[in-house]
Amino acid sequence: MTEILESAGVIGRPLRRKEDAKLLHGRTNWTDNIQVPGALHMALVRSPMAHARIKKVDLSGALAMPGVVAAYDAASLGDLNANVLCVWPVTDDTVMPPFPALTGDKVRHVGDVVAIVLATDAKSAEDAIAAVDVDYEPLDAVVDMIDAMSPGSALVHDAAANNTCYVYNLGGGYADAAAKADVVIKRRFVNQRIVAGFMEPRAVVAAPMGMSDEMTLWSATQIPHVLRVVLSLSTGIPEQNLRIVAPDVGGGFGGKLQMYREEILALQLARHLGRPVKWNETRSEDMVASHHGRDQIQDIELAATKDGRILGMNVTLLANMGAYLQIITPGTPLLGMFMYCGIYKMDAYQFQCTGVFTNTTPTDAIRGAGRPEATFAIERMMDELAAELGMDPMELRTRNWIQHHEFPFTTAAGLTYDTGNYEAATARALELFGMDELRAEQKRRRESGDPVQLGIGISTFTEMCGLAPSRTLGALKYAAGGWEHCTIRLLPSGKVELVTGTSPHGQGHETAWSQIASDILGIPVEDIDVIHSDTGRAPYGMDTYGSRSLAVGGQAIKKAADRVIENARPIAAHQLECAADDLDFANGAFSVKGDPEKSVTLGALAWAAFSAHNLPDGIEPMISGAATVDPEDFSYPHGTHLAAIEVDTETGKVRVRSYVAVDDVGNQINPMIVEGQVHGGVAMGIGQALYEGVEYDADGNLLTASLADYLIPSAADLPSFTTDRTVTPSTTHSLGTKGVGEAGAIASTPAIINGIVDALRPMGVTDVLMPASPQNVWRAIQAAKGAGA
Amino acid sequence: MQHINVTVDGTSYEAEVEPRTLLVHWLREGVGKVGTVVGCDTSNCGACTVLLDGRSVKSCSVLAVQADGCEVTTIQGLSTGDDWHPVQTAFKECHGLQCGYCTPGMVMAAVDLLNENPSPSEEEIRDGIHGNLCRCTGYHNIVKSVQYAAELMGGRK
Repeated sequence: MTEILESAGVIGRPLRRKEDAKLLHGRTNWTDNIQVPGALHMALVRSPMAHARIKKVDLSGALAMPGVVAAYDAASLGDLNANVLCVWPVTDDTVMPPFPALTGDKVRHVGDVVAIVLATDAKSAEDAIAAVDVDYEPLDAVVDMIDAMSPGSALVHDAAANNTCYVYNLGGGYADAAAKADVVIKRRFVNQRIVAGFMEPRAVVAAPMGMSDEMTLWSATQIPHVLRVVLSLSTGIPEQNLRIVAPDVGGGFGGKLQMYREEILALQLARHLGRPVKWNETRSEDMVASHHGRDQIQDIELAATKDGRILGMNVTLLANMGAYLQIITPGTPLLGMFMYCGIYKMDAYQFQCTGVFTNTTPTDAIRGAGRPEATFAIERMMDELAAELGMDPMELRTRNWIQHHEFPFTTAAGLTYDTGNYEAATARALELFGMDELRAEQKRRRESGDPVQLGIGISTFTEMCGLAPSRTLGALKYAAGGWEHCTIRLLPSGKVELVTGTSPHGQGHETAWSQIASDILGIPVEDIDVIHSDTGRAPYGMDTYGSRSLAVGGQAIKKAADRVIENARPIAAHQLECAADDLDFANGAFSVKGDPEKSVTLGALAWAAFSAHNLPDGIEPMISGAATVDPEDFSYPHGTHLAAIEVDTETGKVRVRSYVAVDDVGNQINPMIVEGQVHGGVAMGIGQALYEGVEYDADGNLLTASLADYLIPSAADLPSFTTDRTVTPSTTHSLGTKGVGEAGAIASTPAIINGIVDALRPMGVTDVLMPASPQNVWRAIQAAKGAGA
Repeated sequence: MQHINVTVDGTSYEAEVEPRTLLVHWLREGVGKVGTVVGCDTSNCGACTVLLDGRSVKSCSVLAVQADGCEVTTIQGLSTGDDWHPVQTAFKECHGLQCGYCTPGMVMAAVDLLNENPSPSEEEIRDGIHGNLCRCTGYHNIVKSVQYAAELMGGRK
């Protein structure tokens, strides 16, 4: 059993971040800040059409423009035209169409790339793409998933009949469960398409390094290590000749967990031309070019007894792949397939997902990746079932959830949750929320016919994170593993270099990783330098996504630090003239058991190991420790989020009046950072619930193609949050931590929508489309009125 | 090309610029003030916010030629060396930043807000920075940072 960490040192303390001084003074190294002499600037000719055959590409106009050095279409790019790779064929027969960096036959979504121009400066390149003449033969576009699957629809890829990418099945037995049920409810939810919305647009710089064969690629990416492998596989550039650096990266949220065509093109052309190539996107370009996320139609059935015991759940999904498969497009909806049971016990669970190609920007992982969709479905269904049974929604949850003494618990979906305490998190959330007063106010408003109604939104969620045990990934047909690496080196001065395979872009790893190593090694946080995000300096890693960096990478830090101590021990024993077993290690020093006056610090040993003048026989100079940890299991953070929602029934306007989030992420290394992650996640989930949605017209034109049309919430659109944590340490992770990056985004969307529906249920409203804009809420009210009339 | 004379972070610069050049591009490429960043192309995100003669502007919506004869303060000129402006201190203390990309603009917007209103309410803060988008923090700690900065600057008791 992993204990609650009771640290005398810095673990568990809200240390202010090491990262902040440079970020707050503008001393930053974003990819777009990188200047390499002689760089060519790349601009891309993107399709204005969703689906069309390319008849002719004429580059001559662009080549005649001032400053233009080269221009290519797919034909002239020839063998340099490599493919974006998908590393997750989810079934044996998943249709995996090629995704060339430049498309030659057809364009398949608005923003698809037909040609590129390279010029001596960015403006000349931008100007020249307008001079590339492309003849398109328009084809019927398929945008809606149900239309796309209808016989006779246009095909995005000829190889994908009915535009079907795959059909995935899990579980079974729902029919038997439903046959025994007193109540069966069925709902269709639309989990709309959203964007990641990182504030730093993507950027790439590729450069040949001197006279060598080595290429360096700087990219605003979450995954420098994974990118090195896939770029090598795609382009044939030997991996050892490829160095990938993610400099300061301005947010990712899954959107930079990707191998993008612009990375391939910059790399290939820099190598081919022997000159650096730079590209940075505009925001409007980002809206069509960076992957989108979510976009599922969910048909959900829940079977229960009349006293509210859930017997079975049946989940049937359509998941929009978009026009091509990016790195984990097919697998993204399946990251949610184990989570539809949520925190509840049930006998039968049945899941089917159909991946559908459409003429839209490819989808892939965005914060939560599959789990927000699953959590939305189960938490909405719990409220719907409660309404059907005339039961309090929290009471229904209490009757069905796994109780804290029942862990470890294997769910109907087949996962074994190691620990959890839903009772404790809920009790704390209810205390902070003031449920009784709010229910009383809700009753008053209902009775008085107040135009502003009050709703209570509940989300008692869990998720699986800490991606991931490599064996499990292998069983799911994902190509890579889920381990993480750390190397810790003692420098001669006694300072420490901690090399991690995680790749932060806002999560504060430099601070939190220092805290872990500081506690174990007894070396001050400020003397520990965290090295990351550069395959030249940190060669091994699996990067940052899926709330894995602490949950997996933290274990590697602990193991590497423990090894440093063990590797220093024989040198200490030699100096103190005792047996290695007779030494205690505490507060950064070894001391002889029973004679604590005889001691030597790790710093002194670091110098001794460096000078190597007097090492014991058989001990090599220098002290370090390295560890690569494959997690034993996923981790399962959970929590209870409660929202008080005011809905103006005359205008449809929604106001989040208060929001309480009590999360259980296990042991916390830096509670300030944990809380910040919860805030940001909750805000992103509220964004999906109330404000955000990618929209296309019937021809596949993107209607939300800029930040003027796609509403990322501002400070004026959001409330302050009340947050707290309960601590139930993970028992499968050596630090007892679980991961927190996605929890807020997973939990909050259903809390908000449940609150809106709760406010409006007496009017006959049982669902509202997301985003729950004033228009969508008003329409739901009018539709319910119409139905009741 | 047009001649301009702009003081940026206390140093006077003379330059020839294309009339279409945006102030933010000139700051980044002409003067090397890469602490100021570009987050969008529709003037929605506010990442490029600087002070122009003491008032906050989105430097993507000002032409470089419009700044002729003016004084520009960027995040890099807000404090010198290892000094910290109270707003910078407050953002660190209250964890008002994560990835840091919106931060230069957010800090400059907050400086202007506090110059205008030394003791803003939460609602006034939220309204005052609503032209600056952040995807990481959910704004909770940004609001707290501005409140704390007000306290440090003596505006809030």
